[in-house]
Amino acid sequence: MFWGSRKTIDMNYFPDEVLEHVFDFITSHKDRNSVSLVCKSWYKIEKYSRQRVFLGNCYSISPERLIARFPGLKSLILKGKPHFADFNLVPDDWGGFLYPWIKAMAKSRIGLEELRLKRMVVSDESLELLSESFPNFKSLVLVSCEGFTTDGLAAIAANCRFLRELDLQENEVEDHRGYWLSCFPGSCTSLVSLNFACLKGEINLASLERLVARSPNLKSLRLNRAVPFDTLQRLLIRAPQLVDLGTGSYIHDPSSEAYNKLKAAIQNCNSIRSLSGFLEVAPCCMPAIYPICENLTFLNLSYAAGLQSNELTRLIHHCRKLQRLWILDCIGDKGLGVVASTCKELQELRVFPSDPFDAGNAAVTEEGLVLVSEGCPKLNSLLYFCQQMTNAALITVAKNCTNFIRFRLCILDPIKPDPVTNQPLDEGFGAIVRSCKGLKRLSLSGLLTDQVFYYIGMYAKKLEMLSIAFAGNSDKGMLYVLNGCKKLRKLEIRDCPFGDTALLEDMGKYETMRSLWMSTCEVTLGACKVLAKKMPSLNVEIINESEQTEFNLDDRQKVDKMYLYRTLVGHRKDAPEFVWLL
Amino acid sequence: MEGSVAYDNDLNLKATELRLGLPGTHDERQQQQQKPVSNVRNNKRPNGESEAQNETAPPPKAQIVGWPPVRSYRKNNSQPKKTESEGGAIYIKVSMDGAPYLRKIDLKVYSGYPELLQAIENMFKFNIGEYSEREGYKGSDYAPTYEDKDGDWMLVGDVPWEMFITSCKRLRIMKGSEARGLGCDT
Repeated sequence: MFWGSRKTIDMNYFPDEVLEHVFDFITSHKDRNSVSLVCKSWYKIEKYSRQRVFLGNCYSISPERLIARFPGLKSLILKGKPHFADFNLVPDDWGGFLYPWIKAMAKSRIGLEELRLKRMVVSDESLELLSESFPNFKSLVLVSCEGFTTDGLAAIAANCRFLRELDLQENEVEDHRGYWLSCFPGSCTSLVSLNFACLKGEINLASLERLVARSPNLKSLRLNRAVPFDTLQRLLIRAPQLVDLGTGSYIHDPSSEAYNKLKAAIQNCNSIRSLSGFLEVAPCCMPAIYPICENLTFLNLSYAAGLQSNELTRLIHHCRKLQRLWILDCIGDKGLGVVASTCKELQELRVFPSDPFDAGNAAVTEEGLVLVSEGCPKLNSLLYFCQQMTNAALITVAKNCTNFIRFRLCILDPIKPDPVTNQPLDEGFGAIVRSCKGLKRLSLSGLLTDQVFYYIGMYAKKLEMLSIAFAGNSDKGMLYVLNGCKKLRKLEIRDCPFGDTALLEDMGKYETMRSLWMSTCEVTLGACKVLAKKMPSLNVEIINESEQTEFNLDDRQKVDKMYLYRTLVGHRKDAPEFVWLL
Repeated sequence: MEGSVAYDNDLNLKATELRLGLPGTHDERQQQQQKPVSNVRNNKRPNGESEAQNETAPPPKAQIVGWPPVRSYRKNNSQPKKTESEGGAIYIKVSMDGAPYLRKIDLKVYSGYPELLQAIENMFKFNIGEYSEREGYKGSDYAPTYEDKDGDWMLVGDVPWEMFITSCKRLRIMKGSEARGLGCDT
């Protein structure tokens, strides 16, 4: 009675600052998006207090609209090209340019502090503008980007006075030699993370040593191949507080003074939990790092081509606390057995092909995977390139590990059946999706019929991303997935017999997804035009690499590559000639 | 390579045969399946019955665009186990005391000391003897030496192989008393 009806308690009675403080605790992007939908005043408060924004597709909105929507933006994540661009399926100059974003944010005086980019084209000009426009800029993370040189890095080093993080992962960078590192001014002492492992050129070693010496907060350091063993040893002496280390070249004479010094220095580095690099390596020098192995939680030897199976297993014997392991397939099935019996805390395993060009000779098979599934029940994330796979093995793996969130299997021969039964792998993958109820990402390979998609549509209720190649028999396959996977966000398909019927059956579905990629399928130009016309909220783009122009092409002709995505801003203005916007 | 063509007696016609196809393969089917599978619309997906059961020969190494799905950065930056000479060959001169002319070899072709020494023995027709850390090369009048980055002449075999190939500038097979002198000095 005193309170009256419940409906009259009005949250809006709280002052804005209180609401803002409450919203501070809501960190997930999804949740913040939901908060902004509650009512006008929540929308407004959330809008001005939002600092972190994630854009999975840089073409879903324009820079200007983003800035208008979130004027308090400080931290931005942008992704550009479609995922299959990683495998050379998207021509150069397709798009994903950073510059317009920097230009717009600079113009509106956004207080940008953090920028994380994936598969974007980053020019030196954009890096220079960035370094000059955001005085509080702290963190730059570039993953699989291209278009810049070390000159752009020099601008970042020279001008970002409070830089904490410069993290370059697997970018194609034109290297103009090592002077960029010397551009960090003597007053720069704020570095926490420096990763230049992907740079190919020489580095000014003296500058590097001085930089590390004046960076007491440095926790993560990943060197490139040009940094030799002796320098590594000197760096470790100056930075015993490191948590994450990536070595450069790791070759020396184990009987030498430098080697002994490195052994001593490493023993002082009690905080190292993550180790990578060994871009050139002498196996006889590995024992120096055994002392830090027992505390490692992440080990990445996927670029250490110089280590053979026996040395790898000797190393892994010491790594009892490992949670994430990235390794080359030369470890072999037996080596994976050692992983299984040693690394009981393992959550993520990635096994890469030692020879990515030779599709015939992966050294791991289904046996290695089964062993790991038996020994590592916490396994939840897998990327596995292998010679072959059987249904029986997949069924066993599904029984042993029900926690998979990411399951990516790549059998190097793309349409290989179960070698024991000669059957497709439908049942095996079916077991995986049935058993792993939390599965969010799945990549298929091997001989597969529509049946596997039936299972996926039926059981993979949490699936968000699906990658399909050389699979299925008919449109039914694709329809099972579109109808069944309610949480699907990204679907990428290559070389499958899915066509217009599947594409057009439920056009509204694509508005609930981020993007759809279909290449070398049975989809015709006419169907793509129909879709584009009916769904103005989607951009339907055709990538055409042949000589023909749009006007010569018959609607009945099959398109080579189609990429469609939802967007708030219609056709993009920066599409090259070979991309047709329908 | 250098050794086999000069000293073999048979004509070794296969080495000079002109053929289509990737080096190292002997599969006739190679010629029919040159095109990347993804571009051939009609039979891009061999149906399960016919192709899968005919797997008697290993599948030809036809390059399918974008397969296996390995990031191009990783493809370009992983050294395959069998290194090919075009990518970073290390050619050095090899001289032998008393021989009229020098030879050149690519160190990257060898995977370790035994292979290298065997090749040099074949090239100059002599025996090197057995290596031991204490005594150098026992049982022969020769000692293989190399000039390192600092300009010093070192005995081959003391340092790890990877370190050797990056620091070796040239090889010299020493003979006679000079060679014996090297063996005792460790």
